[in-house]
Amino acid sequence: MSTITEIPLPKFKREVVDQAVIRFAGDSGDGMQITGSQFTNTVALYGNDIATFPDYPAEIRAPAGTLPGVSGFQLHFSSNDIYTPGDATDVLIAMNPAALKMNVGDLKANGILIVNSDSFTDNDLRKAQMTSNPLEDHSLDKFRLFSVELERLTRRALEHLGLDAKSMDRCKNFFALGMCYWLYNRSMDSTVRWIEDKFKNKPLLSEANKLAMKAGYSYCEATEAFQISYEIPPAHLTPGFYRNMSGNQALALGFVTASQKSGLTLFQGSYPITPASDILHELSQYKDFGVITFQAEDEIAAITSAIGAAYAGALAITSTSGPGMALKTEALGLAVAVELPLIVCDIQRGGPSTGLPTKTEQADLLQALFGRNSEAPIPVIAAATPGDCFWVALEACRIATKYMVPVIILSDGYLANGAEPWRIPDEKDIPDFTVHFAKDAEGFMPYKRDPQTLARPWAIPGTPGLEHRIGGLEKKDGSGNINYEPLNHENMVRIRAAKVAAIAQDIPNVLPAGDTEGDLLILAWGSTHGAITAAVKSQREKGQKIGHMHLRHLNPLPSNLGDVIKRFKKVLVPELNMGQLLWVLRAKYLVDAVGLNKIQGRPFKQAELEQKIEEMLGVKETLQ
Amino acid sequence: MSTATLPPITPLTKKDFQTDQEVRWCPGCGDYAILSAVQSVFPELGIKRENFVVVSGIGCSSRFPYYMNTFGFHTIHGRAPAVATGIKALRPDLEVWVATGDGDALSIGGNHTIHMLRRNVGLKVLLFNNKIYGLTKGQYSPTSEFNKKTKSTPFGSVDRPFNPLSLAIGAEATFVARSVDVFQGHLKETLKHAAAHKGSAFVEILQNCNIFNDGAWFSLTERDARSEQVIQLEHAKPLIFGKNRDKGIRMNGLQLEVVHLGNGISESDLLVHDAHHPEPAYAFMLSQMEKRPGFPTPIGVLRAWDNLPRYEDVMNQQIKDVIAKRGPGDLSKLLRAGDTWEVK
Repeated sequence: MSTITEIPLPKFKREVVDQAVIRFAGDSGDGMQITGSQFTNTVALYGNDIATFPDYPAEIRAPAGTLPGVSGFQLHFSSNDIYTPGDATDVLIAMNPAALKMNVGDLKANGILIVNSDSFTDNDLRKAQMTSNPLEDHSLDKFRLFSVELERLTRRALEHLGLDAKSMDRCKNFFALGMCYWLYNRSMDSTVRWIEDKFKNKPLLSEANKLAMKAGYSYCEATEAFQISYEIPPAHLTPGFYRNMSGNQALALGFVTASQKSGLTLFQGSYPITPASDILHELSQYKDFGVITFQAEDEIAAITSAIGAAYAGALAITSTSGPGMALKTEALGLAVAVELPLIVCDIQRGGPSTGLPTKTEQADLLQALFGRNSEAPIPVIAAATPGDCFWVALEACRIATKYMVPVIILSDGYLANGAEPWRIPDEKDIPDFTVHFAKDAEGFMPYKRDPQTLARPWAIPGTPGLEHRIGGLEKKDGSGNINYEPLNHENMVRIRAAKVAAIAQDIPNVLPAGDTEGDLLILAWGSTHGAITAAVKSQREKGQKIGHMHLRHLNPLPSNLGDVIKRFKKVLVPELNMGQLLWVLRAKYLVDAVGLNKIQGRPFKQAELEQKIEEMLGVKETLQ
Repeated sequence: MSTATLPPITPLTKKDFQTDQEVRWCPGCGDYAILSAVQSVFPELGIKRENFVVVSGIGCSSRFPYYMNTFGFHTIHGRAPAVATGIKALRPDLEVWVATGDGDALSIGGNHTIHMLRRNVGLKVLLFNNKIYGLTKGQYSPTSEFNKKTKSTPFGSVDRPFNPLSLAIGAEATFVARSVDVFQGHLKETLKHAAAHKGSAFVEILQNCNIFNDGAWFSLTERDARSEQVIQLEHAKPLIFGKNRDKGIRMNGLQLEVVHLGNGISESDLLVHDAHHPEPAYAFMLSQMEKRPGFPTPIGVLRAWDNLPRYEDVMNQQIKDVIAKRGPGDLSKLLRAGDTWEVK
């Protein structure tokens, strides 16, 4: 925490700092995600820039107190622009020994460590596979340790309500949240509102959670436990109205917006899968926008129902993660063959197979680009930040309907669940995009193409005189009649490829952030945006000539990308995979680009990127 | 049948539903008869041609849409019910028919078939059952009999077959019927009953593949066998069969029993068919009778219980209800929903 100024206060010291990283860690049943989200909302409302990293296990409730059951929520908030949830934490709240063990490694020296001392019995320690009590064995001496009897204090605060012990214990996360509000000098108002809304039919629980939080706040005030509290002034963001936004939420809002702007009914076919299900949860709320959500019997029905809806004239989407993408493959080929608009969201997670359901990865890129039988090109676009998901959704809908193609959106677990302040666009500033259904029976042919876009007409059932047949069999261009002639097939394959390739003329030329020419180009895509931005900023402040090109369009690639690459001596491609974009770039541009690859289910740390940058620029001797 | 659609001004004819496409089924295939029956029935339904959509999967039967001059979608193997569900969800007013086969609907697409039926999506499903895989040249199908010798089972199939009607009734389909390719009159009548049903209508059509499984249904269709081996179910009529209409079916406890009329047994002792019975158990019992020695195979409408709202109507009604309650969605408000703050 870097100090700007210190303001002497009568009772406690209050220090003004520009940023902090705080992590709540506990059992999956301890409510850490709620606690973290509430703290996030409060600091966001106050005007800080934020970046969050929820990190939870795939198991809903692993055995209490064990290492696999630990759930964490990290928040980076600042009075400056920030791009990542932070490499290391300033404050760690550990609800039990397992949470401490799994998270203390990221706590900075002299960082604040708040532990629930009531859960450090021999039994708790054994469940966390600890042989000695860290609260007593001096292993935590390099931190500012605050042992707090969270359970006993919470029970004392709630004893008059007549709740059972278990219900009282479930409020202890709000006690801890109250302490954090005191520590960062924040108002409890928005969380009070949230509790009142959440428990509006359970007044006793509403009262208990509010009381627990206030008790935590008062405890800090009364005991002078911390002796210091912090103030992080609001960030200087671009003026406007803001709200806190996660990637999945942003995708959902983007689709509703596209539906409203195009006048098309939004249809979502989806099958529950982590970490994509929230898109379905979000969209199913928007019935007042005429949104049709269909929870299908499987991934295949999810996409094929969407294809049916698209055929009938819907703005059709399906959302999934890697294993579901694999199941949708054949239907994607159908969408290519019948040339219908369709948007497929792949919220990537660690694989192969079931892999790491709740952890992030970028390893579906090649699947998105090539994972179909035969020649089946599909435009692929990727979101860079949670808020960017909104704009990527709009772009996908624009391309799909203009070119009559399926479009794949790549997001990932980190973007899906992570949040950032999102500047709310003025609805009027988002342009309408026009969609035409074929109407004229005169000279109608199902595969008669628009000479500019090569799109075929969108001729929906119910239109008199346009009765026609489409299908997965190869067809004659123009008439759409089944046709197996060799030259026709080659022609159709080339048309489908040309149609997708031509989209490159319809996307803006790209310009790297930072230096536009120089020693090193960092070329990347997707959720690595934040960490790379922070690393590049830091390195450029040290005088390095670095450009950062973050690609939204992965197929087709921007037409001037080759020229951008040529203006740099070296190219680094950091990815959370084994080097998939790297493979594409080397093949397409014959560039000797270098990869930085991390496959741990976690995002890059800024430091990891900076180390690689310095290594490539010869700043540090690399270890052999 | 969509009652919202007004009859067209010029009555449509069978010819209006024929396409210029060369029909590519083998000469003598039962599919021709089914195509002809459907092309005859469609003009009688009082629905505009542009409001018909025929959806299919993969297999011989699934070439059907190419030969119908309506909107048509030849999709991928087994998925026609899911594609059709998407169409109906968006456009409940369309008349959507699914053409499928025993492999398409019961093997690779079994999951979609049962889910479409339990949801009661307003689709008409024609399952062409020839008990064989034709388009892949003669492997056994999920309706092939046990010990069937085929290209993929030279020593006999060890699979037990599905009974398509029992499967559909087990999924609580609201309309379940069976007809036969060569019984043109009966087939057309059955199709009309299906068309009149609002919810999911499942029609198994026993169809002859004269190349890979010729005669699979001859025991039912040959002129001599027909009246002894087949019983035609008609609503509110007693279950009678036999060349001389001298046999009937009655309840004996919880079992069906074949009896000979006369000797003190009269028509009034027989089971009277109730296609509108709310309990699927009754239709299920009928669907199972052919397995028992001495029992005929039932054709006709086993079940037509149309008291369940269609899926697509419930889906769209929910949207209307939410709009009535909340008012139509306001995008500007949606974007600004939740906790917001202003940066100046």
